[in-house]
Amino acid sequence: MKWLNIDKSDRLLLIVFVLAVLLGPVIMTPIGGGYPDLLQKFAIFGVFAIGFNILFGLTGYLSFGHAAFLGIGSYTAVWAFKLLTMNVVPAIILATVMGGVFALAIGFVALRRSGIYFSILTLAFAQMSYNLAYSVLTPITNGETGLQLRQHDARVIDGLFGVERTDALPTTELFGLSMSGWSGYYVCGVVLIITFFISLRIFRSPFGMMLRAIKSNQNRLSYTGVNTRPYTLAAFVISGMIAGLAGGLMAATDPLAGAERMQWTASGEIVLMTILGGAGTLVGPVIGAGVIKYFENIFSAFNHDILLNVFSFLPEALQQAAATFFGLFVGEGWHLTLGALFMLIVIFLPGGLMEGVNRILNMIRRRSSSSGPPAPAPAADASVKAGE
Amino acid sequence: MSNKKTPIDTSKRNLLKGTAGIIAAGSMPLVFSNKAFAASYRNEPKGGTVTFGFNVPQTGAYADEGADELRAYKLAVQHINGEGDGGMLNTFSSKTLKGNGVNGKKVVYVTGDTQTKSDAARASAKRMIEKDGAVMITGGSSSGVAIAVQGLCQEAGVIFMAGLTHSNDTTGKDKRANGFRHFFNTEMTGAALAPVLKNNYGTDRVAYHLTADYTWGWSQEGSIRKYTEAMGWKTSQAVKTPVGAGDFSQYITPVLNSGADVLVLNHYGKDMVNSLTQAVQFGLRDKQVNGKDFTIVVPLYSRLMAAGAGDNVKGIFGSTNWHWSLQDAGSKAFVKSFGQAYGFPPSQAAHTTYCQAVLYADACQRAGSFKPSAVGAALEGFKFDGLGNGPTEYRAEDHQCFKDVLVVKGKENPSSKFDVLEVVEVTPRSQVEYKPSMLGGELGPFNNG
Repeated sequence: MKWLNIDKSDRLLLIVFVLAVLLGPVIMTPIGGGYPDLLQKFAIFGVFAIGFNILFGLTGYLSFGHAAFLGIGSYTAVWAFKLLTMNVVPAIILATVMGGVFALAIGFVALRRSGIYFSILTLAFAQMSYNLAYSVLTPITNGETGLQLRQHDARVIDGLFGVERTDALPTTELFGLSMSGWSGYYVCGVVLIITFFISLRIFRSPFGMMLRAIKSNQNRLSYTGVNTRPYTLAAFVISGMIAGLAGGLMAATDPLAGAERMQWTASGEIVLMTILGGAGTLVGPVIGAGVIKYFENIFSAFNHDILLNVFSFLPEALQQAAATFFGLFVGEGWHLTLGALFMLIVIFLPGGLMEGVNRILNMIRRRSSSSGPPAPAPAADASVKAGE
Repeated sequence: MSNKKTPIDTSKRNLLKGTAGIIAAGSMPLVFSNKAFAASYRNEPKGGTVTFGFNVPQTGAYADEGADELRAYKLAVQHINGEGDGGMLNTFSSKTLKGNGVNGKKVVYVTGDTQTKSDAARASAKRMIEKDGAVMITGGSSSGVAIAVQGLCQEAGVIFMAGLTHSNDTTGKDKRANGFRHFFNTEMTGAALAPVLKNNYGTDRVAYHLTADYTWGWSQEGSIRKYTEAMGWKTSQAVKTPVGAGDFSQYITPVLNSGADVLVLNHYGKDMVNSLTQAVQFGLRDKQVNGKDFTIVVPLYSRLMAAGAGDNVKGIFGSTNWHWSLQDAGSKAFVKSFGQAYGFPPSQAAHTTYCQAVLYADACQRAGSFKPSAVGAALEGFKFDGLGNGPTEYRAEDHQCFKDVLVVKGKENPSSKFDVLEVVEVTPRSQVEYKPSMLGGELGPFNNG
């Protein structure tokens, strides 16, 4: 019997993935990223990117409004904390469900079109959600200030179980396990692993094959008599649910929901993450999410003084010049570095970072077994054109 | 990854063993990083240095204020460490800081960009707390961000010294034990500004509000309406505008035909510069409505904004926390050392953040510790002078500073590009004071992390 019903190379992939998640703090510490908040962000945006990839990577439908589901998940989760309980389980479940409900509604309309029209429709829905959250629905969302917890929230379930109310603001927990700090990271990490596994199963399933068929030629599929709408809608809803889940996790680790989470820049970010890592690959989007979050949090914190320290081996005049020059690319200028990196990847590695990894692996394989048959081209799921 | 090259035995037994090992290895950092074993409070400084976290907007609508705040923080750190000329430490009524750091430790700092977004601000504050070991977070140039970061610091167990935040909620319904504010609030602005408006514009005016759509805008609109309506003004309409809108013409056009004769701009930073400039371009100030000259009020002023709006601010009333032209010893000392370091006078944002850094350092020195509960107790009810605002008190009930409020006006004949505001009136503290219970909220207990 096959363990977990997946074949051997996938099993290896899964084990490596689990290892990487569990050893996250150890891996990230040498490069200055080994603190809980950043790793939580890695895991949460990894979940988000995996969900996005199920839609974009498999069906080729580019949603430009996925941040709306993230935001909806966050608002739902914070309301769950306010009204029900500080335990994260109901909050995360409700966030996932609400993400799915909204995805069903938006997908039902938007999926009537494909290509650029679909992208624009999703973008429009996301901007509508953003503006609703920002100014129209302020009683529910608290506008720009963001939805926050208060001492006097109802918390009905906590009340039933006789959780004592203190003067201090309650914190989120998973049956006593704190959701901040390292324990919070490991909860997110476990969710990331589960999501990864679900994504793996979808990729290898007949359903996933159907989604890939839609991507390669939807017209041909229609002519053969297949109704593609249920498949795309299912992919859209799954993807929206996972985005809602990510939003719920975000609120669970930091119980605050702000409208800027739904802005079009946030939707663009997830597209960048996926393409940077490699759309249509299993781990690519997770890596892309990590790279972008690393840039955002670590590169943006480099200031002039740190650069001066870095270049302290140079003579003083050069040191100043070097610090000033590189100062353009770090600190406030981190977007510039990210933009340059993104251009390089799209031009030279259209399949994202995963294409780079595959190329290196193939090179090693060819060198070590020069007598064997030529290695197969990078797996089908890596041969995605970034422009799609 | 061919089958031949995976020498891993994936039998269930080995897998279980492996998983156990992985979990043990993965949870190692949990043990090592658990601060509870090592220190009595979050980020207790162990070596010869103590780290402050400066979290200011470096991008977005409030970036100018953020840049000035950072300059002031750097200056404060120099003065606390005994470099430079000592600035306001020489005039500060508390003499515990000796210019050798705090509690014998040299002050170092880390910086972060809030982007004027709650999420980004919390992420950078978390980085400073979790990675860089900051024992105190200070900064912010937006009340929305300040409230979000204050909540975070309460949860994390570090002190938050609010920077430029003017909303009542920061020390009102969203106040937290670990959060302290030196800046004034919209309630004080309303109480100080209303009498001046009454003297200049009379009691039968009709006001039209344009309000930045977040906690500070709501708070300021509420306070101004409360005080102006009490003296007989009417409010024709109050329209919310998004933060960072850039173009306000669609909001200003309706003002022309609304029948209002006063436009109240509850905007700050670049938003205020844009909305005021556009209002003047639309000819609002040249109009006559209800037989009176149309007039504009900007309740919260800063020199940076006034300079940005140029000639348009002439004769327009507002309030400010501090202004560099003040002639007391503290203000003069601060303007001198800031001017020497950067070549221009500081803004009110720079002043309040400098004060906050100094007040925190002084409280730590007096408490003999960096423990939030001890530092907080040292700040509560602390009375001081010599920091540019006259006698000031950190009220224990809501962690809000009480001091005189300045009512200012855009200067008609500026002598330099920095000399754009003139002080019309110094409203005494007694006139702007209110009961702590009025604004609601609860401090809760201190959190030491």
